[in-house]
Amino acid sequence: MARITAGIATSHVPAIGAAIDLGKTQDPYWKPVFDGYEFVKEWVKDNMPDVVILAYNDHASALMLDIVPTFAIGFAEEFLSADEGWGRRPVPVVKNHLDLAAHIAEQLVIDEFDITLINEMDVDHGLTVPLSLVFGQPEEWPCKVIPLAVNVTQFPTPSGERCWKLGEAIRNAVKTFPEDLDVQVWGTGGMSHQLQGTRAGLINAEFDQRFIDLLAHEPEELKYITRLEYLRETGTEGIELIMWLIMRAALGYGVEEKHRFYRVPASNTAVGHVVYEARS
Amino acid sequence: MPRTRLYSLDELDDIPGTKVFNARRSREAYHLHKFCMSLMKAENREAFKADERTYLDQFKMTEDQKQAVLDRDLAKLIELGGNMYFLVKIASTDGWSAQKAVSSMSGMSADEYAQMMLEGGRSPEGLRSKKEAK
Repeated sequence: MARITAGIATSHVPAIGAAIDLGKTQDPYWKPVFDGYEFVKEWVKDNMPDVVILAYNDHASALMLDIVPTFAIGFAEEFLSADEGWGRRPVPVVKNHLDLAAHIAEQLVIDEFDITLINEMDVDHGLTVPLSLVFGQPEEWPCKVIPLAVNVTQFPTPSGERCWKLGEAIRNAVKTFPEDLDVQVWGTGGMSHQLQGTRAGLINAEFDQRFIDLLAHEPEELKYITRLEYLRETGTEGIELIMWLIMRAALGYGVEEKHRFYRVPASNTAVGHVVYEARS
Repeated sequence: MPRTRLYSLDELDDIPGTKVFNARRSREAYHLHKFCMSLMKAENREAFKADERTYLDQFKMTEDQKQAVLDRDLAKLIELGGNMYFLVKIASTDGWSAQKAVSSMSGMSADEYAQMMLEGGRSPEGLRSKKEAK
């Protein structure tokens, strides 16, 4: 049977991708950010998943204009890196695990999540920057990836509580997949940042640190943070943190925290990153 | 019984210097955003740069939206319904970093803004609510 073995959360700032692509990771500005990912790059060598279910948000690259799905699963065999206005990131093609994706879609609907399937799309920095941070710059990504796109941009977005339940439903779906697979769930985005208006540049380190403090072992109250509170406390784009809750819920009750990292700034954003192993 | 919201929708308008992007705003900016997403192709970026006005006239945007694009007035574009994830494609076409684009709305110079971020960013103190900000 398939099992969820671990979870990773990380910010997915586009400038981080640019720093990797342009070979600037050791520059004084970027080195402290990338140092925070040295652990996971080593850890993943011994904890290589067969499949990553990667919760991210599309930044008006493939979605959000004509169609705004709340939760959507990428259902193509493969996905190219999107051209977000400066050319496609030079990263490998992202390859899906269609049988698992189909099984998850089937189970989610039974679990009352009416999931959208996307038969063609490019994937933007929200998905590719986390892959680069964990896997570096390989010729091919070392595992399959199921893109799980979450609307965190256009209100109404889903609530944190709903994201939590989606994570639980994904956990149940994976556990009933007959193939022997190690699956990781990654939650990306955040932490605090606001990319608009006179409040641009907002960072709330206190909120962010507390979120990380509670996420591993006392995540209960994080489920009930309202969308309004995310906006007020973490900026209009800080609400991406609800995708971390999908990851945490998918791991089940007990986790072992292997690593945590927090750093301000990367461009406009507070960078947060955790690595959890599932206990059960 | 329908479930009720945990806060009034009006409260989303209570955050200083912030427009919450919702379905209505998205509709208002639909053609503006269609223009922005067209910049995801290199040939379109070239066509836009070659003659901005003619390129913009292919889209059913309002005159205000077109003028704000020509002026690179991102704050105005947000006011006219825009969302940064779309608008940043204009900045990328211009070769601006996302930080420079965002800083242009902040009331600070790009250098001042960059320095503020290095020093830990903008504190939320006094900026959570218009009531709090007075």
